[in-house]
Formats: sequence, C-alpha cells, structure tokens
Amino acid sequence: MKAEIRKIVTFVEETHREMDRGINPPTRRAAAVAIIANPFAGKYVEDLTPLMDIGEELGALLAAKAVAALGIAGATAESYGKAAAVGENGELEHAAAILHPKLGTPVRKVLGKGAALIPSSKKRGGPGVALDIPLGHKDAAYVRSHFDGMEVQINDAPRANEIMVAIAVTDSGRPLPRVGGLTKAEIKGEDGLR
Amino acid sequence: MPQVEIRKRLISVEEIFHEGGPRAAIPLRRVSAVTVIRNPFAGRYVEDIAGFMDDLTPLGLAMARDMVAALGGDPKVVEGYGKGAIAGTAGEAEHAALWHVPGGYAMREVLGDTRAIVASTKKVGGPGTRLDVPITHINASYVRSHFDAMEVGMADAPRADELLLALVMTTGARIHARVGGLKAGEIKGEDGLR
Repeated sequence: MKAEIRKIVTFVEETHREMDRGINPPTRRAAAVAIIANPFAGKYVEDLTPLMDIGEELGALLAAKAVAALGIAGATAESYGKAAAVGENGELEHAAAILHPKLGTPVRKVLGKGAALIPSSKKRGGPGVALDIPLGHKDAAYVRSHFDGMEVQINDAPRANEIMVAIAVTDSGRPLPRVGGLTKAEIKGEDGLR
Repeated sequence: MPQVEIRKRLISVEEIFHEGGPRAAIPLRRVSAVTVIRNPFAGRYVEDIAGFMDDLTPLGLAMARDMVAALGGDPKVVEGYGKGAIAGTAGEAEHAALWHVPGGYAMREVLGDTRAIVASTKKVGGPGTRLDVPITHINASYVRSHFDAMEVGMADAPRADELLLALVMTTGARIHARVGGLKAGEIKGEDGLR
C-alpha cells in the first residue's frame, strides 16, 4: 500500500541567540511532516503490514526532505528523531506500525550512517495538536549535548481519519550545551550508544 | 535607533496535494518565514518608535529572499502574500505595527512591482501564541480564489521582551477553490484591487 498523502510540511529552525549570547554558527534543525490518510481509521484491523510499508516509504521521503531543507549532505547530519500523531479515529498502534518496523532503514540510508536508535514519540490528537519529536545523536545515543526535542504543529492536521508522520534532522546540538556527559568528539560509533 | 537582534528564525514550507477533493497536478505551496527579535521598546512607553522600521528593512528583505529560495528560487511562482507580527507581553500592538512598512516593502521588492496591499494582522501574546496570517493575491486584492491564511507560531516565542515577525507567500489559489468571484485570469492590475 502506498501512502495517500494530503500534505507535506517542512520546518527549518535556526537559533541565533540564547540568553543574550550569540550562537555562531546558529544551531539548525529541520522537520519534515506528512499528513496521510489512515487506511484503518474507525475499525480494528489485526494485520498492520500495510502501515509498516507506508513507514518505509515515508522514511525515505521525509528524511530526504528534511536534509534538503537544511541544505546539507545527509552524512553531516548530527541528530535525528521521529514521531507520529494519529487522528481521533485511529489507534496508537497505527503510529507504532509506521514508526518502528521499517521507517528507520531508509532514514539511515539518507543520512549515511545512524548507529543509534532513532528516538520516537507518538500520540493521538486532533487538528493542531503539538507533536514533540525527541532528538538524539544519530551515531551515539549518549551524546548529552544532542538530547533535545522539536515541536511541530499543523493547524488542520491530523483530521480524524489521518496520521501525521514527522522526521526531524539537525546539523547541531542544543545552543549552549553545558551539562557534561559524552561529547560528540568522543564518539566511538560502534554500538550506537557511545 | 537600536540594532535588530535576532534570536531565532523559522522557515516552513507546505505542499498541499488535496483536501478531500481531486488531487492537484501541481501541489499548492505555502511558505512562511518567522523571525524572533528583541523588542527594543519593551517594558516602557516610548513615543518615537517609527525609526525602527528602517532598521527592520534589511531583515524583511532577507526573509523574503529566503522564502523565494525555499520555493525554488523563482519569484514568479508567488501569487499570494501576507504579513503579521506578535508582540510579547512587555510590548504593545503598536510595536507589532512597525512591521507593516518593512515587511510589505520587502515582499514587493523581491517579488517585483506587485500591486495589491499586503494583507496583515497583529496581536500581543505569549510563547506559543499562534497567528493566522491573512493572504491575498499579490496584484489584485479581490481575487477570491487566493483569499487564504496560514497559521504561524513558535513554542518558545515571543518571550515578553520580544517581537515575532512573519511573512507568508503562496503559489496559487486554495487547493479546491470554487466559490466564484474575480479570477486571477481577469485581473486588470491597475489599482491593486481588481
């Protein structure tokens, strides 16, 4: 099953100052969000394989859109995250089917690597719901400077029979990281954790 | 006059394929640019503020150029526009009104001799406040198919002493426009209205 896409929205956010300090270069992050029809809205369906295939398709599409919006080569991306909001006639398991089984592989292909788990969140909500996409370093989940989150919101989505699927990609961590922990210079990049 | 101090920028692009009707051959695209700056007049009444409009002009031009770039670089694809601002709670609506001239001028300059007044809105609000920015045709305000609006906002802005400045552009009519009125093909283009 192919995704029936109503709308795609990209966001690019740059932070130039924080607490009166200049951020040079600015930290940048992008999110690409697709609004798709939920083929299983309003009914219980046991086999969610079609949604898993849609996840695979959207992983490639949205990762490419986010990277293009940042204007960087995929391999230079630093952190990533994914999230989905299911409209009121769907269930959280629909979001899980899109996000978890197959979406990650094509995302990692776009980004060159991606040894770390892709942090995720999901929720059910109505149009305009605020979706917080968790962010973590793509090669080492413990890099503390890159723990973050990006909020996206689209006023007319998700409608009751829709799903909002989001992928976020950054070329940097938080603006003024200073809570210690593993730094990106110390990444070994073997196990996806450190 | 004070310097323009940027804290954050956000560029968002929507591609709309359909809204429950026939799928468009060319999706409608809508782009918004949001910049969050320090409000130099926050927290007190300042009589003479008009000079700050000149300071905002380069920012407006940069935003308009970035928006055209986000649409692929050709200003000719733009058919609708609008602008808006939110003043943080230590500011006043009059501070948001400073955006009328530089925001409007910037889009006219970048889009090349557009005729219609740039539709606008403003308000005072806290972080996360959403603003529905009105949109009309760039050469004739009465073109009914191009009346539209785009919601903008940012989770952490405007803070009390900030201004959130927004510009929006669209590449065409509402995706399923069918309520009659003046059509884009019927524009005389003399008075900016019809």
